[in-house]
This record gives sequence, C-alpha cells and structure tokens, in this order.
Amino acid sequence: MRKRALRIMSGLGGVIAVLAITPSVGFAQEYTPTAQDYLNNLWVFLAGVLVFFMQAGFALVEAGLTRAKNVVNIFAKNIADATVGILAFFATGYAFAFGESGGWFIGTDNFFLQGLDMAAIPEGGLSPATTFFFQAVFAATAVTIASGAMAERTKFTSYLIFSVVMCAFIYPVVVHWTWGGGLIADIQIGDAVFSDFAGSGIVHMTGGIAAFMGALFLGPRIGKYDSEGNVRAIPGHSIPFATLGVFILWVGWFGFNPGSELLADEFVSTIAVNTMLAAAAGALLTTITIWIKSGKPDVAMIGNGALAGLVAITGPCGAVTPMMSVVIGAVGGVIVVFSVLFFDKVKIDDPVGAVSVHGVVGAWGVLSIGLFATYDDAFLGREDAGLFYGGGFEQLAVQALMVLIILVWVGVTTAALFAGIKATVGLRVSPEEEFEGLDVLEHGLQGYAPDVAHSS
Amino acid sequence: MKLVTAVIKPFKLDDVKDALKAAGVAGITVTEVRGFGRQGGHTETYRGAEYKIDFVPKVSLSVVVGDDVVDGVVDAIVSSAATGKIGEGKIWITDVERLVRIRTAEEGVDAV
Repeated sequence: MRKRALRIMSGLGGVIAVLAITPSVGFAQEYTPTAQDYLNNLWVFLAGVLVFFMQAGFALVEAGLTRAKNVVNIFAKNIADATVGILAFFATGYAFAFGESGGWFIGTDNFFLQGLDMAAIPEGGLSPATTFFFQAVFAATAVTIASGAMAERTKFTSYLIFSVVMCAFIYPVVVHWTWGGGLIADIQIGDAVFSDFAGSGIVHMTGGIAAFMGALFLGPRIGKYDSEGNVRAIPGHSIPFATLGVFILWVGWFGFNPGSELLADEFVSTIAVNTMLAAAAGALLTTITIWIKSGKPDVAMIGNGALAGLVAITGPCGAVTPMMSVVIGAVGGVIVVFSVLFFDKVKIDDPVGAVSVHGVVGAWGVLSIGLFATYDDAFLGREDAGLFYGGGFEQLAVQALMVLIILVWVGVTTAALFAGIKATVGLRVSPEEEFEGLDVLEHGLQGYAPDVAHSS
Repeated sequence: MKLVTAVIKPFKLDDVKDALKAAGVAGITVTEVRGFGRQGGHTETYRGAEYKIDFVPKVSLSVVVGDDVVDGVVDAIVSSAATGKIGEGKIWITDVERLVRIRTAEEGVDAV
C-alpha cells in the first residue's frame, strides 16, 4: 500500500513504534520538528479533546435513561471516573500500558510519566505529551462505560474503587497486550496479526465486560422483575438528555476514530466517513428492528443503535470500505436490540444497555475485521486480509482469539475486583436507599430540588 | 355555594377554561393529577419491555360558584370537555360551608 512506513505507525498500535523512535532525554534537541510534525500533534491533541467531550455524552445518556431520584449520583459517578481515572492512568496506567521496558505482560517504567521528555516530537510521530493526553482520555472512556450498567444501586465509594483499579491496572494491561506490543500483539496465525484500529475490543469490549460483571455482582434493581420473574420496564426520566448524549458521543467519536490515525494525513477524513456511515446505519437498523419487535420506533433503543454502529466501526474503521462500514454498523444495530432483550431476560439489569452496546457489539467490531478488512490497516501488514476479500480464515481466527483473551482477562479480574468489594465495603446500597433514591442519601442533595422561597 | 370539581383530559383544559369564562366564572384552580376510572390505564413500551400506566395523567379543576349558576357551569364543562371517547373524566358537586376572600375578609357569595 501507499505510504507503507506511515501506515505501519498509524492506528493506536503505532504508539509503541513511535515511542521506540522517540529521542530519549539528552538527544531531544537533535530533531527539529517540521510543520507536518506539529500538525500531527495538534490534530491528535484536538481529537483527544473530542474524546474527552464523550464524558458529557456518557453522563447524559446514563442520566436520561435512569430515574430522576438518581440523577445526582449518575453525574457524580461520571465526574468521579473521569477525574480518578485520569490520575490513576497517570500514576500507573500509562506505565503498565506503554512503559519503555517490560515483557509480554506489562510495562514497568515511566510511572507518573517519569523519565519521559514530554515535549519531544520525533520525526513523523507524537510527543509523549500528545500520546499520554490521547491515551488518558481513552482510559477515561473505558472505565465510564460500566457506570451506566451499574446505575441506580451502586455505592459511590465502591464505584470509586472500581474506577481506580480499572484505569490503574485492568485496562492498561489490555492496552499493553495490544497497542503496547505484548501478549496479543505477539500472536501470529499464518500471515495474520491482530488488528483493532481505535479499540472496538481494547476499549469498548473491555468496558462492556466490566459493565457485565458489575451488573452481575450487583443484581437487578428492585422492581425490574415482578414476582414471577417477568421483565418490567423502568423508564428513564429524560429522553431529551439521553438523545443529546447520543449526539455528543457521536461527535466525540469523530475524535476517537479519526484521531487514532495518530497523524494528520489523507486517511483522517476517510475514517471519519466510515465512522459517520456506520453510526447512521446502526441507528436505522435498530429503528427497523425495534419497530418490528415492539410496534414502535422507541427512541430509548434507537440511541443505543447509533452507539452500536459507532462501537462496531471503531476497530475496522481504518481497514474497510465505506460500503462495508454501512454493513458493519447495520449488523451492530440489529445485534444490539436482541442483546438488550437477551440480557433483560437472563436478569442482567443494565439500565442503559452498556453491556450490549460496548461489550457484545465491541466483539462484533473486532470480528468484523476478520471478515471485511481490505486495506492494509495498522499491523495487518497485508491487504485483503478479510475472509470476504480472499484472506482466508487466518485473520478471523486471530480476531476471535483476541476477543477470547480480552474476555478472560477482563472477566476474571473484574469478577475478582467486584467480589472483593462486595466482601469488604459492600457493592450495593440498602433497599431503603435504593427506594428513596441515591441522590439524597449518597450525596446529600436532589437533582431537581424544589425552588426555595425565603422571604427574608 | 357549591364547589364544582371536574377531572378532565389535560388537552381539553383550554377549551374548558374558555367555556367557564364565557359562563361567567371568575376564577379556576387547576391541579395536575393522575388516576384511573373505567378506562383502566394503558400500556406503553420501553426498550422492548411493555409496562402498564395504571394512573393516567389528568387535570383537576375546582370552581366555587353560587347555587344559582351551578347547572350552567356543569353544562359548560360537559359541552367543552367532551370528545366522545373513553377517559373524559367526571364532574362532582359538593356543598361549601364558608368562603372568605383574604384581601377584604368578605364572606359568602360576595367572595366568589
């Protein structure tokens, strides 16, 4: 493919390659960055700003799809996982993920960003500052996914503990194994090596699995099932919030995926187009599916459909055609409806559909690369790697193995974490508190307090 | 004096207000209420799960009037709130023992 050298470094997977040629302290003055180098760093920084704005989207979606009595708690959790998560990623997360030394399991240096020349821009690459900024907002995304699935019944302190461990250790290990050059990156089947451009698996499925374990260990909200075990709807209190949140996330994704090119080049816009198409296709197919299933175009579900399209295309967005982006997003939009209904039925109470949108559809995004990859995306090392493009089953096998490894790692570690929290500080609020709402009893205020009229 | 209480469909409030003003009613107090009658609520769906709305949103309005105009007021509400469909609500009339206007301390029909 054209521009082979650049493509090798593109995709988040290129980070390790970039780090490898980052001049170490003392030699930093040797290279004078060009205008293109500054453009690269500026674009990735701005893309990171868009990704951070996704925090607002997550907060609104989760608040909208839950009840008014818990709205303060939802926003508090979203502020908490962003702040605590970023500091945890700064302290140990970045080191575990990208530390310059370290083996297949984990990176072992650059804790607290020590030993990095933060401003040094290498030729054709990103400075450690740009890289950390972009990676830290991704970590904040990975952790916040679980918040919605655990909504309306989780102790605030317990959620804080989860956020720290997730951003300090569990998520960074997944990043090290993939973009950081560890376990999964070392796997090769035939000519095929893993590919996950912006993180359908690495970020979204990881968050989705944590969300599943959280919901599993918590149990369903009181009232979600009647005495015979039938599903009961607990409608969210603000569809306007939820819908606005979806649009904010959609905008944020134009940083998430095109920013993961890690360069300001001609592929940024093609990735943006693929991202946009998949989201639209996901929303449309969810609309059709839920309309057929329940007789109404339910906006609370359609929002999930747009997000499903976005999650699905996150991994393959750099390796597939616009037409296949539509297909990948559309399939995501159908999967998400059946997945939401399935988890409802098996009594995994996920108020916002995070397990389905990020976990199940995230896995679909990773696997879709094995089916549809045609361009030489980061680390693919060859064109037409997908099954439908004559690449055989090798790529699909690597992708499936990647899904399995992430599933086992995140599943086991988050299960242990939630079990530990449950046995010590406790995971769930009391039934009285759940009934009254978490706002007043956990945070001491109401989200929609009545107007106070002091006459003097 | 009588207290006329009517529970009506919310979207009919404007029509009823106009009809009552035309009938000479000086003031109306409106409360948003929820409830069910023979209509018995209705079913909605949310994220693929059905749920029943047992208590349907309605508007309750209260009007205090002199005995001589009660029938006219009731007729005005009935004709303006009717849609011909189930769930239109009810009107009931109760005796009022005493009525006081706070500003002037006037009592009885003068205070209406």
